[in-house]
Amino acid sequence: MSSENPVWALISTFGLMSLFAVGGAAAAVPEMHRIAVDVHHWMTDKQFADAYAIAQLSPGPNVLIVTLIGYAVAGIPGALAATLAMCLPTALLAYYVSRLLNRPSQSRWPALIQAALVPLSIGLMAASALILAQSTDRTIAALLLTATVAVIASVSRINPLWLLLAGGLLGFAGIV
Amino acid sequence: MSSDSAPAAQEPDILATHAPPPGLAALFLAFARMSLAGFGGVLVFARHAIVDQHRWMTADEFNETFALCHFLPGPNIVNLSMVFGSRLRGMAGGVAAFTGLLLPPTLIMTVLAIIYARFGDVEVLRRILAGISCAAVGLLIAVVFRMMTPLVRRINVVALTMMLGVFVAIGVLRLPLQAVLLVAIPVSIGVTYLMQRKVAA
Repeated sequence: MSSENPVWALISTFGLMSLFAVGGAAAAVPEMHRIAVDVHHWMTDKQFADAYAIAQLSPGPNVLIVTLIGYAVAGIPGALAATLAMCLPTALLAYYVSRLLNRPSQSRWPALIQAALVPLSIGLMAASALILAQSTDRTIAALLLTATVAVIASVSRINPLWLLLAGGLLGFAGIV
Repeated sequence: MSSDSAPAAQEPDILATHAPPPGLAALFLAFARMSLAGFGGVLVFARHAIVDQHRWMTADEFNETFALCHFLPGPNIVNLSMVFGSRLRGMAGGVAAFTGLLLPPTLIMTVLAIIYARFGDVEVLRRILAGISCAAVGLLIAVVFRMMTPLVRRINVVALTMMLGVFVAIGVLRLPLQAVLLVAIPVSIGVTYLMQRKVAA
């Protein structure tokens, strides 16, 4: 495995993962963490948490955390390969499925399958939160910041960007 | 980024008229713009641009297209760009929208990755990123709570059990995603089907 071209490892890893990423990017985070940190040792726990933070803070789809993972593995070719591998296969799948179902379907199956998938994707996102919290919330102050942001974002409609910037300021001030 | 207004969900369909289909360059630019505006998620901006601003789709058509993309695996908004673009201009339109959505933010991310690789160990940057990470996890928890609320309210025991099972399997036991989903998806579909039949009967 170690003699293999890392770009090829990125393409096969993320290409396969994208097809299992039911529920979007946040649901795929635990698997990205498992592969990048535990299986391949592409990044440390801390680097992964940083990559997640950078992806949240940047414009564009949040799935672009794969660009950062790809760069850490194999530079610019790695960044581009990981991004395309994560995005292109499912986009093509969506293209072909939408051509097949060109008319609104009256069947109850789509609704039923969606109802069945919703709890799974919430469970996956909760797992993402736990895995990321274990690498970021190592102090009481950090834990308090996470809890405060969770409460504020749950009860208000404040733009998330302000909460991220506030976290950055508290970090800059050395409080968390 | 300050306009956090809820998307107008129900517009009278009579008023909804289609604009002529855009050219490939216009599709690319429209998706590039919504992608760069989309801090913390592109969906709201995509809906605004496609339905309200350009009138390329009615609200119903947008919901239907998005539901399909949400149901399929992969990043929803990326799927949406391909499906949406191809409905207007065929395969080339799909590629134009897909490229517009991904190319500019991917370039930005690559630049950020270079900066991080060079300066990631600088103490000030370390502290700032640590603070942002804590806040980002808080945001994720808030999304989980918001999505859970309807299940808790309806005391949907089956759904809550499936949710907890996936959480423990992936978050605590760290089992591989493929293995967990290969079991969880058929079980959840089967149980949901039986429950709905029981309700209907």
